[in-house]
Amino acid sequence: MIQFFNVTKKFDNGTLGLENISVSINSGEFVFLVGPSGAGKSTFTRLLIRELLPTSGQIMLDGKSIIRMKSKEVPHLRRKIGFIFQDFRLLQERTVYENVAFALEAVGTPNSEVKKRVPTVLEMVGIGDKYACFPEELSGGEQQRVAIARAIVNNPSILLADEPTGNLDPSTSLEIMKIINDINKRGTTIIMATHDSESVNKLRKRVIVLNKGGILRDELKGGYDYVIK
Amino acid sequence: MSLSSYIRYTFRDAFRSIGRHKGMAFASILTIAISLFILGSTLLLVLNSQYLVSTMESQVEINVFMQLDLDRQDALAFQKNIEKIPGFQSLEFVSKEDAMSIMQDRFGKDTDILKSLAGVNPFPDSYRVKAQSSESIAAIAAEIEQFSEVESIRYGKELVDKLLDFTVWVKNVGMAIIIGMLLAGLFLITTTIRLTVFARKNEISIMKYVGATNWFIRFPFFLEGMLIGFLGAVTAGLIIYFGYGSTIQYVIKSVPFLPVVADFNELYRILAVLIIGGTTIGAVGSVIAVRKYLKV
Repeated sequence: MIQFFNVTKKFDNGTLGLENISVSINSGEFVFLVGPSGAGKSTFTRLLIRELLPTSGQIMLDGKSIIRMKSKEVPHLRRKIGFIFQDFRLLQERTVYENVAFALEAVGTPNSEVKKRVPTVLEMVGIGDKYACFPEELSGGEQQRVAIARAIVNNPSILLADEPTGNLDPSTSLEIMKIINDINKRGTTIIMATHDSESVNKLRKRVIVLNKGGILRDELKGGYDYVIK
Repeated sequence: MSLSSYIRYTFRDAFRSIGRHKGMAFASILTIAISLFILGSTLLLVLNSQYLVSTMESQVEINVFMQLDLDRQDALAFQKNIEKIPGFQSLEFVSKEDAMSIMQDRFGKDTDILKSLAGVNPFPDSYRVKAQSSESIAAIAAEIEQFSEVESIRYGKELVDKLLDFTVWVKNVGMAIIIGMLLAGLFLITTTIRLTVFARKNEISIMKYVGATNWFIRFPFFLEGMLIGFLGAVTAGLIIYFGYGSTIQYVIKSVPFLPVVADFNELYRILAVLIIGGTTIGAVGSVIAVRKYLKV
């Protein structure tokens, strides 16, 4: 369970990231973060992996404070959270297999285990036959699948997605959304920042609308439409 | 995680990464090799200049002329007085007969100097005194001059002064050049390493996102830097080793009077310093360069 208690994040240059946000997200939930650019969606996700520390307030993950955590424990926090990005962030000079294996090796998974898990997860996201390709040989949708495979290969309990369909055409976006939805069905909490109104409206999941660092609306089975006053 | 799989991963990653970034690795090795080559050559040059100066210093002599009427025994006994002077290194007694025959040699066999001097040998007994260093020559000369047995002394005062200046100059300039080269080399090497690490900053940030610990990220860079530093230093070392060897041989053959350091132990010491230094700079430089990208 993720809990934000009165979280405020002010950046050094004076920009307000989030202002006095309190929200709680249960395990296994699927949450869309929507809102205009600069509303605080990225700040929210970056706080959760402790890439940023809040100016005030408390953030708990499974009853443990992320804020009070020692920096030595941060890597272990991040192993519980998979992260995918709008720009995929694959290593261009490594093959698909190596890109995914990298996430396992980086946390010290034995080689025999890596050989078992990488093909399974590639199969799961539908690119089992592309393991020897380099990212530049793949379409955008395929690259995002590799990124998803990399994010979930460690079996994280949470998957954070920062506009994962932002660079993809509508039909590819739907395929990616289906994969993410499938991952959610297997019990992984999904927090997804997005501008993809079609996906939000179609899936009817919990929608948190952020604006100017505050929560404008928080609806179960919500839609994308929101009005900024 | 098991230690063995960690070590296997680390080594594999370090070698793989050098293989993947061949161009970058090659550039780094070359930069380190060139920097260390220049540094090593400078060290050898300074070393040889100092050797040259000290050889010249050891050749400067003080000529001590005894009183003309001093008898031989007293003249020989005077040796003890010279030997007591601090800074003294060696001496050679030149009897008046020796002086005469040296003079005779200079004029050649055709002239009989003794005859032309009406059978009187005008030379006094004398000593050639060498000092440990050119700095003490003036003091030694002044001290010897005070004895009543001594008629006069002579030494190349101007030469000694010039030599003295030159010695100081070589020491200071040599030191300055070495420090300058050291700093330039350090700067060049760390910049190259920073570039290699910069080329892999995506990799580092992804590693951070998937939860790799800092040491896990750092260690392959540490190994890679060490290896690159080592290879660069060995390249520089080999060039210096063979280059110096053949240069020395050439100098000995063509300019035999020029004193050079032909003692290879000095060279080995410099090579050892270069290799240890290069490897250390490579390893430490990489770790420092990575640090910047670990703060995510």
